[in-house]
Amino acid sequence: MDWQVLIDYFPLMISGLWLTFKLTFLAVVIGLLIALPLTMMKLSRVTMLRLLSESIVFFFRGTPLLVQLFLIYYGSGQFRQTLDAIGLWSYFREAFFCAVLALSLNTAAYVTEIFAGAIKHVDKKQVEAGIALGLSKWILYRIIVLPQALRIAWNSYANEIIFIMQATSLVSIITLLDLTGVAGRVVSKTFAVYEIYSVVALLYIAITYGLVFVFKRVENYLQRHEKQSAL
Amino acid sequence: MFDLGGYSTAIILGLKNTLAVGLLAMLLAIIIGFFGALAKTSSIIWLRNLATFYTATVRGVPELILLLLVFYGVPTLVQDIAQGMNYDVILDFNPFIAGTLTLGFIYGAFSTEVFRGAFNTVSKGQMEAAIAMGMTLWQCFRLVKLPQVIRFAIPGLSNVWMLLVKATALVSVIQLDDVMRMTKVAANATHKPFTAYLFAALLYLLISAVSIVVQKYLEKRYLRGYS
Repeated sequence: MDWQVLIDYFPLMISGLWLTFKLTFLAVVIGLLIALPLTMMKLSRVTMLRLLSESIVFFFRGTPLLVQLFLIYYGSGQFRQTLDAIGLWSYFREAFFCAVLALSLNTAAYVTEIFAGAIKHVDKKQVEAGIALGLSKWILYRIIVLPQALRIAWNSYANEIIFIMQATSLVSIITLLDLTGVAGRVVSKTFAVYEIYSVVALLYIAITYGLVFVFKRVENYLQRHEKQSAL
Repeated sequence: MFDLGGYSTAIILGLKNTLAVGLLAMLLAIIIGFFGALAKTSSIIWLRNLATFYTATVRGVPELILLLLVFYGVPTLVQDIAQGMNYDVILDFNPFIAGTLTLGFIYGAFSTEVFRGAFNTVSKGQMEAAIAMGMTLWQCFRLVKLPQVIRFAIPGLSNVWMLLVKATALVSVIQLDDVMRMTKVAANATHKPFTAYLFAALLYLLISAVSIVVQKYLEKRYLRGYS
C-alpha cells in the first residue's frame, strides 16, 4: 500500500473535485433552462412543438451520454470549416465547452420527462376549479399547478441531479481533469491503482450522500403541509 | 447518408459485443437483484445490513470509477497481495468478463430495489391463505408469490435494462470491441466522426425502441387475468 501518494497529490485531487462541482452546477442550471421550454413544448397543443420536444427527449434518453459527448466533441471536427466561418469553432474545440453542452442537453431531456409527468399528475379537478373561479392561466399555473408539480417532481429531480453529478466522470474520457480524470493521471504516474480509485470512490460517495441529505431537507420543506395534518 | 466506406458493417459487428455484455450483465443483475431483495427483506440482521451496504455503495459511485477499479484495480491488488506472500502472479482481466461482471454488479443493486418493491406488493394474507390450503413453502413461493413478483418487477426491470444498455458504452474504455470502440475506429479511418457517432447513436436508439416494444409485450403477458 502506498498512502504517501495521496498526500503528495492532494492539491491535484482538490482541483479535480472543483471541476466536478463546476460541471455539475453548470449542467444542472443550463439543463434546467433548456428543460423549461422543452416541457412547455411537450405539453403544448401544437402538434409540431410536441413532436419536436418528444424527439429531442427520445434521442437524448435513448442514447448513451458517452455517444452524445463524442458526437459533440469529436463530431464537431467534421464541420470545422462551417463552424470556423460562423465563429463557433473556438468553442467546440474546447473539451470543457463540449462537456457542459453534452451534460446539459442530456440532463435537460430527463428533466423534461420528469417535469411534464409531474404537471400531468396534478389533479385535473383543481385546474377546473381554478378556471371556474376565473383565474387567469398564468395565475392558475403559478399558484396551483406548479407548486404541486414541484412536490411531485422533487424526488425524481433530486435523483437526476445525483445522476448527472456522477455522469460528469465521463468527461475524463475527453481529457478533462475532473475528479476521475485526475485519478487516472495520478494512477498512471504512481501505479497506486486501487488506493487512488478507492479514495476517489469514497469521495463520490461523500458527495452523493451529501446531496441526498440536502435534498431530503428540501423534500421535508416541500412536504411540510403533510406533517401538520398528521398531528 | 451514412457513407462510412464499409465501416458501418464493422460498427454493426460491434453490436454483437454490446448486446452480449448487456444481456449477460442483465442476467447477472436479475440474479443478484433477486437474492439481494431476499437478503434485504430477511429477518437476519447482518444479511439485511450487507444488502443495504451493497446498494448504498453502488448508488454512490459512478459506473466509470467502478469499472476502472475492477479492471485495473483488482488485478493490481491481487498481485500486491501475492507479492506480499512471496508469489509472483501476473493477472490480466479479460475486458469482456470485467465489463460484464462490473455492470452486473452495479445494476444488481438497482434491481435489488426493484425486486424488494415487488416482494412487498404481495400481501402476507395471500401467503397465509396458501399455507392454510396445504401448499408447501416452495409451492407457495412458486405458484402464488413468484408470478406476482414478476408482474410487479417488469416495469422496474425494463428501466434497469434501458440504463444498463446505455452503460455498456463504457466498456469501450477498457478496450472491448463494442459499438463505441468500432465507431471510434470508423471515425478515425474515414475522418467523418460526426457521421460515425450519429450512426452509433441510431443503433442505440434502435435497441431502446425494440426494448420498449418487448417491455410492452411482457407487461401485457404478465397482466393476463389481472384486469
